[in-house]
Amino acid sequence: MKTLIFALFLGFVSTTSGLAMAASGGIHLDEVEIDLSDKASLQRGAKTFMNYCLSCHQASYMRYNRMAKDIGLTDDQVIENLMFASEKIGDTMTVAMRSEDAKKWFGVTPPDLSVISRARGTAWLNTYLRSFYVDDEKTMGTNNTVFKDVGMPHVLWQQQGYLSHDEESGHLSHVTEGDLSNYDYNVMVADLVNFLAYIGEPSKIQRLALAKWVLLYLFILFLVVYPMKKAFWRDIH
Amino acid sequence: MFTSLMGWVDARFPATKMWEDHLSKYYAPKNFNFWYFFGSLAMLVLVLQIVTGIFLTMNYKPDAALAFASVEYIMRDVEWGWLIRYLHSTGASAFFVVIYLHMFRGLIYGSYKQPRELVWLFGMFLYMALMAEAFLGYLLPWGQMSFWGAQVIISLFGALPVVGEELALWIRGDFVVADATLNRFFAFHVIAVPLVILGLVVAHIIALHEVGSNNPDGVEIKNKKDSNGIPLDGIPFHPYYSVKDIVGVVVFMFIFALILFYMPELDGWFLEKDNFIPADPLKTPEHIVPLWYFTPFYAILRAVPDKLMGVMAMGGAQALLFLLPWLDRSPVKSIRYRGPYFRTALTLFIISFLVLGFLGTQPATSLYTNLARVFSVIYFAFFILMPFYTKFDKDKTVPERVTMK
Repeated sequence: MKTLIFALFLGFVSTTSGLAMAASGGIHLDEVEIDLSDKASLQRGAKTFMNYCLSCHQASYMRYNRMAKDIGLTDDQVIENLMFASEKIGDTMTVAMRSEDAKKWFGVTPPDLSVISRARGTAWLNTYLRSFYVDDEKTMGTNNTVFKDVGMPHVLWQQQGYLSHDEESGHLSHVTEGDLSNYDYNVMVADLVNFLAYIGEPSKIQRLALAKWVLLYLFILFLVVYPMKKAFWRDIH
Repeated sequence: MFTSLMGWVDARFPATKMWEDHLSKYYAPKNFNFWYFFGSLAMLVLVLQIVTGIFLTMNYKPDAALAFASVEYIMRDVEWGWLIRYLHSTGASAFFVVIYLHMFRGLIYGSYKQPRELVWLFGMFLYMALMAEAFLGYLLPWGQMSFWGAQVIISLFGALPVVGEELALWIRGDFVVADATLNRFFAFHVIAVPLVILGLVVAHIIALHEVGSNNPDGVEIKNKKDSNGIPLDGIPFHPYYSVKDIVGVVVFMFIFALILFYMPELDGWFLEKDNFIPADPLKTPEHIVPLWYFTPFYAILRAVPDKLMGVMAMGGAQALLFLLPWLDRSPVKSIRYRGPYFRTALTLFIISFLVLGFLGTQPATSLYTNLARVFSVIYFAFFILMPFYTKFDKDKTVPERVTMK
């Protein structure tokens, strides 16, 4: 019976990983390390987000003051350096652009980014943000290998420069150099994705902090209830 | 003082009698094994779902324009909201894990057989109600998969001849899944179906306690009683099984907490990625897949080329489970003393159920569709051939008394 259960478990694990493979849709996605305790990375990510994302996109479920507390900034620091679109520190991250206008300009309303990391996955975001290439047939002049015919332009062109896409090999290579080296640009995107992962589920910080205490409590409880069961059952044969 | 108080109550309400009938003098076989934890665990998860559900309704908004945001509000701005929501979402899947293992126990030890047919039937109705409850609840977060899952499942009613389309329209309350649908699903999810479930749980347990529990040997312990009329192999449920079930509860909660705290989405198995995108009636997701607990039946549905026949096959796959007590002709209950035919059939059935479950999560390629057909046939054959292979099986001799292996 134990072997059966183990076999079922193995089957479960292997199908799970199979499903994960299928989810990427065949395109290779570059994994990125998510570390919500890396406050410096989150702060850098927040800066990129506020400067480049939060003018078209919103994160309408995320509050500035919650972010301040979680990524190790004071309310004043956020108000002075990161709040361009709102007035009050308790506001959520919304933008003034009307969705009808956005539709006119980009063909589609830019999606809310609050839970984008949970909808797309962090590896997808990490790859997407590094995969824009020059495509003269598109209105914005760029296309993306991960998200074909995406309405979004290459917002971070100044940092990355422009890339061209070789249809046959699938390789991306620089047409113009950006302000950042490849390495620095990858770090910038990794920080941004880390930040997006954070706003996707800010309570994950509490969740992970609480986890070990709950498990420890249950383990100690087991040490009490198992001997209790043994004691009651001593005479049952 | 306490005795006289209890006497006062007992003269007016059978409190002591109920305590004795169902706990302290309910004699359960002493040889319960691992598989007997899942009944009490199902009760635990039911209570968990009700309690967390009550707290969720305090902040959830059953309105197509507000629902998605209200769930994120719970996840972010409500004190401990994230924990309550994850308890409820993980609890939904845990409920099915526990129920499937509970049903598997019934299958291997023949707990559905005479005299426990009604226990099994109430259990099957519970399983149906639970699936309805899960389906209704899954619409509420109003994500893409909520919306399109409901759209697909409700459209199945449209396959019925003559009344189909009208029926689907009547269920939705609109031409597509919309605000009206969400509002009524909310009503059914939070009150109508839970009431049915609670009623059925009571019936399930009363029927069980009337006939007594089966056990891994499939021996009727009531056939051998001592001079006081107590089964020789029976022990009072309380304290023996109450202290034992507490151990099961703690182990279960440990595993439950591991998933809840470290991987609440369980890689898309408990919370799907597409459900983090708000419902969009204009954008169909690439793969519309129900959550894992429906996928065996979903695979059967897709395996049949004709829509109406597919719906009937899916309904039949569930209806056959109800007939189990009458399809099984063997005098032996437990798999321990069953012959090779039943053992083989049950193994094939479990494999086909798991494979169908996997196929139901995958895109319907021609290979997968053909596989689904093969395993659907095995699934149905398990039931349809049961009267024959159980009748002619080479069963072993069942012992007089239970064993403690």
